Amino acid sequence: MIKKVRRHIVQEEPLLFEISSPGKKAYQLPDLDVPAVDAASVLGSEQVRSEIEGFPEISEVENIRHYTRLSTWNYAIDLGLYPLGSCTMKYNPRINEVVARTEGLAWAHPYQPEELSQGAMQILAILEQYLCECTGMDAITLQPAAGAHGEMTGILLIRKYLESKGNPRKKVLVPDSAHGTNPATAAMVGYDVVSVKSNDHGMIDLAALEAATDKDVAALMVTNPNTIGVFERDIVKAAAILHAKGAQMYMDGANMNALVGISRPGDFGIDVMHMNLHKTFSTPHGGGGPGAGPVAIKKHLEPFLPVPRLKRVRNSWKWDHNKPKSIGKVRAFYGNFGVLVRALAYIMAHGGPGLRNATVDALLNAQFIRKGLEPYFELPVTEPTMHEVVFSHDRQEKFGVKTGDMAKRLIDYGFHAYTTSFPMIVHGAMMMEPTETESKRELELFVDAMISIAKEVEEDPQLVIKAPHLTRTPRVDETAAARKPIVRWKPAS
Amino acid sequence: MYPENFRYTKEHEWVKVEGGTATIGITLHAQGELGDIVYVDLPKVGTKVEQGKTFGSVESVKAVSDIYSPVSGEVSSINEALNTTPEKLNADPHGEAWLIQVKLSIPTEVDGLMKAADYQAYLGA
Repeated sequence: MIKKVRRHIVQEEPLLFEISSPGKKAYQLPDLDVPAVDAASVLGSEQVRSEIEGFPEISEVENIRHYTRLSTWNYAIDLGLYPLGSCTMKYNPRINEVVARTEGLAWAHPYQPEELSQGAMQILAILEQYLCECTGMDAITLQPAAGAHGEMTGILLIRKYLESKGNPRKKVLVPDSAHGTNPATAAMVGYDVVSVKSNDHGMIDLAALEAATDKDVAALMVTNPNTIGVFERDIVKAAAILHAKGAQMYMDGANMNALVGISRPGDFGIDVMHMNLHKTFSTPHGGGGPGAGPVAIKKHLEPFLPVPRLKRVRNSWKWDHNKPKSIGKVRAFYGNFGVLVRALAYIMAHGGPGLRNATVDALLNAQFIRKGLEPYFELPVTEPTMHEVVFSHDRQEKFGVKTGDMAKRLIDYGFHAYTTSFPMIVHGAMMMEPTETESKRELELFVDAMISIAKEVEEDPQLVIKAPHLTRTPRVDETAAARKPIVRWKPAS
Repeated sequence: MYPENFRYTKEHEWVKVEGGTATIGITLHAQGELGDIVYVDLPKVGTKVEQGKTFGSVESVKAVSDIYSPVSGEVSSINEALNTTPEKLNADPHGEAWLIQVKLSIPTEVDGLMKAADYQAYLGA
């Protein structure tokens, strides 16, 4: 039974182009109080257009209603659980927004002289220090603008470090459970990618790793906890295997929400890692960003970090550009400053015990989902669940229903879909990460919804296969959309 | 279901050798696991391919998957029709929707690949 939502009236809304009416406008300009200038004679007549063809002309209220109506079609973390796995879709506390909108921060300009930017620079310095504390690493760059950007920065650091030792090496090892960005990163930085198989527990197979690690290997890119939501319990041994051959350990910090305040990558053998502030540290996520993917490193990699670096000189902050071994800048200015401010606000609002508590709650919530759904869905890896749990659609597939079908049916129950078909090493994966955000009530509604869908699969599989039924738009033909995409609107003729 | 005159890889490609030329595709099982295929990325004619190394990729609504070459050699032709009709890979993966043809450089490599019965046993495992 669907408990969380019911049908209500939704406004239809055409495109702005379709409601345009010539001459309408949403602005009023004051009378000209300076002598009029002929634009054509000043700029040249070729610069002047008499009209912009097809530009929508609408009133203010039409504009407001347009976007408000569209917003009611949306799903967001502010409406409910967003169980996408490895994405850590947690609530973004409003205090972050208040702090980021502080006048002196919101209006700070990157070209402001250093003497007038001491507060902003202090914020970056404190955030660097706190993130090093959380990860157990020695130094950090805040420049990368997102996770994959952080990965690329991290592997460039490793490449430059190995070059300084005389040989950049040829290969990067990536477990078969990795995020797709890991092999993409290694390839972008010029390495051959070698996939390492997981064992039956969903973890790195040490024997396979040992066999794959030779003097041509630059690094292993590992996610911990991995994408099955399992802590790589042999991570220290894995690091020893890499280090014995002079290779580096890179950690994808996408799943740091399972570790903060409990376990530090710097203590289990990691040399370089990125974290996603838009996941673990509650800055806005999705919609294409902006994100932030700081890269933390051990001491031996510090000379290679992107410039400029913060430097304390006689009680004030300076930007130090004089780092001859640096890989160079990876982002304009100093990273996505507004996002960094929000992350610091989150860390300071929680404090150390609060961060640890958030982690414990995130783990607890994932256990709650696992225990609730284990009787109804196949759990291919039964190792202790960390912050996310991965089921398989094996039991439902017998009725012709796949992971994507159940995810679409979940929309009818008032939830965002979970992650489907990833990680690839699980057949028909159903990956769920609740984060610490969710109350017991919301989690119970979710578990009830999934159990109800499992029953529907047995009683009326077509109901699930044809879902969603209650959304504005019925099931879209994803295949046709991908094979024959229509990417540009054209006016009805 | 799996032609006797093909050989198969653990990565679910098939190869058919006629004279010195191998025709390569993905198996019925592979297309089933991938789901609806929407894009196929193939190498240019003349590209050197190596046994066990990737030569292209197949994109479905679920994922993008690398395709590994069952044999070594030089690409002598590619199935251009898949550019506009990738759905053929779902409909006829063992026939009309072959991917590339390769002029073999090490003809004996094929002997190390699975026969139809072995591949079906492998799928059952």
